[in-house]
Amino acid sequence: MSTPSRWRALTHHHLFWPTAVLVLLLLVNVPFTPDFFSIKMTGGHLYGSLVSIVLFGSPLILVAVGMTLVIATGGIDLSVGAVVAITGALACSYISDQADQSALSGVLLAMGIGLLAAVVCGLWNGFLVARMGIQPIIATLIIMVAGRGVAQLITDGQIITINSEPYKLIGGGYWLTLPFSIFVVAVVVAITVALTRKTALGLLVESVGGNAEASRLVGIRSRRIKIMVYVFCALCAGIAGLMISSNTSAADGNNAGLWIELDAILAVVIGGTSLLGGRFSIGGTVVGALVIQTLTTTIYTIGVPTQTNLVFKAAVVIVVCLLQSPKFRAKVFGAKFGARFGPKSGSTPGAKDGGKPAAAPSETAATTEAAPQMEVS
Amino acid sequence: MTTTTQPPAATDSRTPSRAARLLGDRRLPVLVTALLFLVMYVAGLSRYVNYGFAEPQVFMNLFIDNSYLLVAAVGATFVILSGGIDLSVGSLIGFTTMLTAWLVERQGLPLVVVVPIALGVGAFGGFLMGYVIHNFEIQPFIVTLAGLFLFRGLCLVISKESISIGDSTVSSLAQTQVSLGAGFLSVGAVIALVVLAGAFYVLHYTRFGRRVYAIGGNEQSAMLMGLPQGGTKIAVYTVSGFCSALAGLLFTLYIQSGDPLHATGMELDAIAAVVIGGTLLTGGSGYVVGTLFGVLVLGLIKSIIQFEGTLSSWWTKIATGVLLCAFILIQRAMTARKKT
Amino acid sequence: MAEPRPVLEMTGIVKEFSGVRALSGVDFRLFPGEIHALMGENGAGKSTLIKVLTGVYSLDGGTITLDGKSVLFGSPLQAQQAGISTVYQEVNLCPNLSVAENIFIGREPTRAGRIQWKRLRREAAELVDRLGLDIDVTAPLSSYPLAVQQLVAIVRSVSTGDNLGGGSGTKVLVLDEPTSSLDRGEVQELFRLMRQLKDEGVAILFVSHFLDQIYEVCDRMTVLRNGTLVGEHMVADLDQVGLVQLMIGKELDQLEELHDQQLRADVGESLLHAEGLGRVGAIDPFDLEIKKGEVVGLAGLLGSGRTELARLLFGADQPDSGKVTIGGKQVSMSAPNDAIGAGVAFCSENRKTEGLVPDLTVRENIILALQAARGWTRPIPASQRDELVAKYIKALDIRPANPEARVGQLSGGNQQKVLLARWLITQPKLLILDEPTRGIDVGAKAEIQKLVVSLSEDGMSVLYIAAELEEVLRLSHTIGVLRDRRLVAQIANGPEITPSRILETIASGEHE
Repeated sequence: MSTPSRWRALTHHHLFWPTAVLVLLLLVNVPFTPDFFSIKMTGGHLYGSLVSIVLFGSPLILVAVGMTLVIATGGIDLSVGAVVAITGALACSYISDQADQSALSGVLLAMGIGLLAAVVCGLWNGFLVARMGIQPIIATLIIMVAGRGVAQLITDGQIITINSEPYKLIGGGYWLTLPFSIFVVAVVVAITVALTRKTALGLLVESVGGNAEASRLVGIRSRRIKIMVYVFCALCAGIAGLMISSNTSAADGNNAGLWIELDAILAVVIGGTSLLGGRFSIGGTVVGALVIQTLTTTIYTIGVPTQTNLVFKAAVVIVVCLLQSPKFRAKVFGAKFGARFGPKSGSTPGAKDGGKPAAAPSETAATTEAAPQMEVS
Repeated sequence: MTTTTQPPAATDSRTPSRAARLLGDRRLPVLVTALLFLVMYVAGLSRYVNYGFAEPQVFMNLFIDNSYLLVAAVGATFVILSGGIDLSVGSLIGFTTMLTAWLVERQGLPLVVVVPIALGVGAFGGFLMGYVIHNFEIQPFIVTLAGLFLFRGLCLVISKESISIGDSTVSSLAQTQVSLGAGFLSVGAVIALVVLAGAFYVLHYTRFGRRVYAIGGNEQSAMLMGLPQGGTKIAVYTVSGFCSALAGLLFTLYIQSGDPLHATGMELDAIAAVVIGGTLLTGGSGYVVGTLFGVLVLGLIKSIIQFEGTLSSWWTKIATGVLLCAFILIQRAMTARKKT
Repeated sequence: MAEPRPVLEMTGIVKEFSGVRALSGVDFRLFPGEIHALMGENGAGKSTLIKVLTGVYSLDGGTITLDGKSVLFGSPLQAQQAGISTVYQEVNLCPNLSVAENIFIGREPTRAGRIQWKRLRREAAELVDRLGLDIDVTAPLSSYPLAVQQLVAIVRSVSTGDNLGGGSGTKVLVLDEPTSSLDRGEVQELFRLMRQLKDEGVAILFVSHFLDQIYEVCDRMTVLRNGTLVGEHMVADLDQVGLVQLMIGKELDQLEELHDQQLRADVGESLLHAEGLGRVGAIDPFDLEIKKGEVVGLAGLLGSGRTELARLLFGADQPDSGKVTIGGKQVSMSAPNDAIGAGVAFCSENRKTEGLVPDLTVRENIILALQAARGWTRPIPASQRDELVAKYIKALDIRPANPEARVGQLSGGNQQKVLLARWLITQPKLLILDEPTRGIDVGAKAEIQKLVVSLSEDGMSVLYIAAELEEVLRLSHTIGVLRDRRLVAQIANGPEITPSRILETIASGEHE
């Protein structure tokens, strides 16, 4: 294999661009913080910018991983922020009622209660989307609006603070010199990858998102699949909720997980999963979430006022979406480039762009006739 | 084939039954919301009559305290009627409060100059989002999400701190009361009602308004009927941006300060008010009058919770969510029935 | 009849799509006050011709003359303004608006920018009244059935010409399959309106797959085949057999020679039995029996109900009458899952929209049906999967023989083979193939037909739909003939069954 072709293969890998952006962002830090990549061992814990990026990015990675599957089915889940708040609120309020806040059984039960609530939220979303046939963005809006109220109801409008060693471990503790949350994330990501790629779930999800009608005709029970991904997404959000409340040892019904749904969607998009559904990449999403967290860190370290963070994020959203838009690419880079790099390119080029059929030369005139017909009949 | 003189199937279907027509009537959801408002108001009367709930001013305050939400929701109504969604509303309101406060307080510009600037910036922001949505065919949801980030970020760029406004024009405007016999309205409430009336006129008596409905009903058809659907879409987001900016000005008047965290999440309130007001989230059906009732219902929930005393503010969100859910399910039932 | 000057004349029309000629030198004339049928099978070029006429497509050659003036339309709006209005099969109106608004939207009467609602409603009511329709123009369009919506669409197109055409009004009305989902009474209502417009001097171009309708309402017809003009006839001068011959494109004698069906008597016991199965607006109730190892071919024109029949047998659409028994057990057919569970497989004619998931690889597309049947928890073991996929790629000669290739990038023939492989892997009892050879190259066509024969020899039953009669005759043991949404005959194939017999049955709707 020659070098150019190897380079081509590399740049065509779906993780190439997200990773390149991540590396670039990391390198930007070096002139400002020369010891950016160094990792120190202090008091049996590893410290360093890279460690903290992963640590602070953990909840986002979790939520984004769940969101990836929902988006892959062609849906979206706006309620994850509210689910984060509810889960944290339930777990903390249960622990705070215990006589011994550090009792392991109590903590486990608290976590169980929190995650159960998350699953219920996911079931509700899945029910509305898959059974009632309501558009995902509308269906999940309900919990997005009401969920924070429920979380505040649970915490009675207060910020519940707790003092529980075992609970603290999830989001703020260390294990084997590393933040424990990194292990949680690693396990969840590993389970997700195993669940989607070692079973047939990933294939079926991509099929449902890629062509819903074909999936129905091939006998896929897409309702079940959809309910499952919404439950899974809520469960991931629940774990993130535990992590956030554990990190601060407090549950804030109002602010926990605020806007995390938007960050998560952004992470998924940066990771290369199309918002239209179909092909998804868990690895891409993890990198995407890290990009967002690194962006936050970088803005902080290079001395730009932290408040501009959101402006940068807006810029990233716009750039990424423009680059994914076939129309934009066609206008800016010319039609050829646009067609070649489309996330959905080659799907049905004839059906949308004014009926110019993309008939291969070997196909007979029948195809040329058939393609335009699809629009009217 | 023999020719039938009068095809029975065709004539029967010509006159839908009265019950079916009532159920299929697009005004039904608005009536339901109006009725809901009435029931809640009467319930409030009977429960808190000794606490002054019957005062006409309590009713007037609904308009005063929610004037900005009404204006924002009117803008959102345009977008939702056209089948889109605008998530940038809350951020744009917050940004306008900051911009206004900053220009008035830090730059010392007179209000007459600041108001057109703020409105212009809002409308331009909306225009840009509409332009991107239409020309690059990106989902409105994601474009306005970028808008949400951008305007909230710009707030923080102006200042991290709250800027309170001491300008005399602002405070005198804020305190002006428009007497209405039994009670009074604020300047903001009057402006909001004027905007509402204007929106009603535009939506029902101009070609632009009807195009908004047509696009929301079936964008493909609207295009094939030769309607300029791209321009209409961009205009709709421009209207929404303008309304958000105006809502921001009213909010500034109401609070008399600019704060980077003002109106966080208000897009959700606006969308909820529109949906509770009976507008289909999928577009094409609804009335701006319904949006008024949607805002009033949300406002009344807040008032009742205040009067109740023991209930806490978060019940507002829960009640909003429950209402939202109920209306979404009603909408679903209505559209599902129509299809069969 | 002394021929007046044609209102529309298209001469030597050429249209190419990436080098493939969809229309080569087609002539077409339309006279004022006539209803003119445009006939042709799949790929004949009907839609292309209409789209060239209405400004959807640009012209690659030839001229269009409207009212003696040479014209060239850049968009449907321009065509509309020149007096050519089109109503498509799908009603392109806004169901949420009132009838009156739908008629006038975009050109509502206004004064100082304010819409004059009363005037709008009055004018709409007058228009509807003048055309003899009984419609309440204030009611929302969605409160009316599709048939009425269709009529409203026609009212709109006719009135559009009035206002935009500079006083000359609509000269040409194109009705592209307006009747496909109407019942008999509704069709009569439509015809009444068409005749009235015809009497007012409008030239109507009418496309329909129903032969009876053509013969009932049309004056003249133009027949296209493979992008060329094969004839312009007065309807009264051409009988149905002649028309079908023209459309299918073979003289009867020629067809006899091609007659080379597989004649095997050894089909097994009954596999599938449908009784009174039907769906309103799709296909009239029919009875059908398919035996083990039998190939049942469906013959009929496009739109005759052959696809609809197949979809009912697969549960892709829910039947509203009748029952199906497969292998002696009744199957509910409420969803494709039921049929798949009973061993039925279905390759849709729309490969791209109803068959393939274009973003997935060849391998993933091939195993999709088997995997769906196993459920997500039981993935096919990797080694078994790769072996199966490799086996079918080889057996069907799918190119490129790369299981990792994205299926969207394959040619039509190879995409069709991927679909076949997907279902063959599940080892179905009955394989339904809806136009499997459409739009694919000759080599792949022959391969697929050979495959059908060998599958049948192995005991698999096949329901085979094809536009080409000789294909159906060559492969089938039994031939079901469809016409105007009815299964009119089931004929056991044999030496005495000739394409002409089938043609006659299609044309007359009767089989002795």
